[in-house]
Amino acid sequence: MRPEFVSLIASIVKIAIVLGFALQAAALLTWLERRQSAMMQDRLGPHRADIKVGGKKFTLAGLLHPIADSIKLIWKQDFVPPNADKLLHGLAPILSLFPPLVLMGVIPMADTLCLQSIHERGWFAEVPRYGTCAAASTIKMLPPISGQIVDINVGILYVFGLAGMGIVGATLAGWSSDNKFSLLGGLRAASQLVSYEVAMGLSIVGCMMVYGTLRLDEAARWQGENVWGIFAQPFGFLLFLTAAIAETKRTPFDLPEGESEIVAGYLVEYSGFKFGMFYTGEYLELAVSSALIVALYLGGFNVPFLHRDGITLSLGGDVLWHKGLPHLVVILIQVLTFFGKVSLLCWWQIFIRWTLPRFRYDQLMKLGWRMLLPACLVNIFLTGIALLAFDRAGVGIHETFQSLGDVLNWFVLLFMLLFPLWIGFGLLTPSRFLSRRDEVRARRSLPAAAEPAEAHVH
Amino acid sequence: MAQPLVGKIQYDRVKGKPVKKPGRDALEQSYVVEFVKGMGITMRHFFKNTKSMFRGERPDAVKDPTSEGITTLAYPEQKKVYPKRFRGVHRLTHRADGSPRCVACLCCSTACPAQCIYIEAGEYPDGNARRGYERYPVKFVIDELRCIFCGYCVEACPCDAIRMDTGRHPVPYDSREQFIYGKDMLMSLADVDGKQLAENPRHEPPDPDHPGIDRLHGAH
Repeated sequence: MRPEFVSLIASIVKIAIVLGFALQAAALLTWLERRQSAMMQDRLGPHRADIKVGGKKFTLAGLLHPIADSIKLIWKQDFVPPNADKLLHGLAPILSLFPPLVLMGVIPMADTLCLQSIHERGWFAEVPRYGTCAAASTIKMLPPISGQIVDINVGILYVFGLAGMGIVGATLAGWSSDNKFSLLGGLRAASQLVSYEVAMGLSIVGCMMVYGTLRLDEAARWQGENVWGIFAQPFGFLLFLTAAIAETKRTPFDLPEGESEIVAGYLVEYSGFKFGMFYTGEYLELAVSSALIVALYLGGFNVPFLHRDGITLSLGGDVLWHKGLPHLVVILIQVLTFFGKVSLLCWWQIFIRWTLPRFRYDQLMKLGWRMLLPACLVNIFLTGIALLAFDRAGVGIHETFQSLGDVLNWFVLLFMLLFPLWIGFGLLTPSRFLSRRDEVRARRSLPAAAEPAEAHVH
Repeated sequence: MAQPLVGKIQYDRVKGKPVKKPGRDALEQSYVVEFVKGMGITMRHFFKNTKSMFRGERPDAVKDPTSEGITTLAYPEQKKVYPKRFRGVHRLTHRADGSPRCVACLCCSTACPAQCIYIEAGEYPDGNARRGYERYPVKFVIDELRCIFCGYCVEACPCDAIRMDTGRHPVPYDSREQFIYGKDMLMSLADVDGKQLAENPRHEPPDPDHPGIDRLHGAH
């Protein structure tokens, strides 16, 4: 097969995977948000939408609620205010939904898949750790398939360009609705997004200096070889996390759609599927910003000590244990790790949303311009000094840092392995007390479950 | 404690403790410590509730709704226990032979502040033992949508004929007409235990189980 056809089919497969993930994630995240916030607030979330299969009802823990929501949004009346600008009113949801969908194109899901090696040596072929896959130079060779959809060499700048388009979407929505509150929300959105875009861009510069590249797959590979970005740039991680949450307009930065202040802000005149597009866009942005944070700071698709040729447990230059794994297995583990990390970070962002109160508008602007921006500049400054010092340091310092990176990788690996075990253990062991009444009685040494005399009956 | 110094003025006999103002150092202003404490609280709730839900160990929402954990009522499968005097939808109580205790005295419709009760009184037919002694309601209509559930009709009734102890809410209907309950509907309802009689027996002289009036038993 000609290499171009293989590349084309691979691109279509990758687009299908990413679109499938993104759109399903947007729907599932609505469910997760409602369920997780309910668990945090001592209540049950949505759990009653059911489907009848052969006479029996299945509720699936409320996973059918997003489907019910979508059906409702599709069939709802699409109301455009009479004096609104119809073109802009219809354009704004599209401009808001489009950027997060296409942003996933540059985020790497796995390392480069060397099809030619698999073609030559079978399905369980192993690939050497260093060196790139041979590019398809003749018609008989299969090209290497990169881990992201698009191989742009400006990488991260593509992300910022598209985030700018999202700003236009929110502003147009506010303007075109012919409603003063909506306009207020749109203006707040515009100013907030612009401010935090600046902070987001500058906080990445530290990363780019350390990784030495703008491309996200190279950044992920650097993190796999050395140490994760959260350890190399801890300050930058916090700054980028803050700026990313502000860009997705989630609490504590959700003034544009301040639900208790200006009803729904710039979304107030939208109903039906246009609102659905905004809603989907917001949850897509959640998933995509999580993916971006994972790619830049949390090691992308990497598991510590898993390289292209297999598992290589090492400590400070000495290889402790090596196990070769087939290339396809490595790619599969990397893809699963990437999506697992993205899900975990989405869960974390939902936590942040339901813990923190909303910022006031002036506090928000002050934070963006007077605190985050100088902090980003300080971060760049300090990173530059550190890099210069590191470059001029001797080999001893380099080896110390390599060992330190290995130690940190060990910590991360242990955390990744033990966290699911801890969750499973916690779920399977019985809890100590069933209710507060039992707990209080146990403290007073009374029998635990007595028939309550005070519960009234007719 | 000694007189507190607030600003530059000393106030005597000021009660209460002075509130500690937040510090202005970088750590506190950056909100990181408070953020971590807040996340700790929400995480604790999350993991505890998820575990209790998975293991089916949620506290009973009906019996101890104020305990920690998820105490959401699965209405309508679970319902809160209402007090004994809860005023629900009205019902007309029965006599022992199944006829209504109501004598169409119009006390309840007069007492009702919302004027939601409509009664048409009628005479018992000739030959009936109660003719000339009591009347009966030919029509007894209550508009539950107008009703404010105050209970004045129950207080006004001299015969314990109307009660509001069904423990039911007027369910959501599709139209206003469906809220208008007629005599048959009102007589078909029972209280929360399923009884339609009232505890206090009603003995009038025409009733067969009347023990008779004498000097010691002037009224029953």
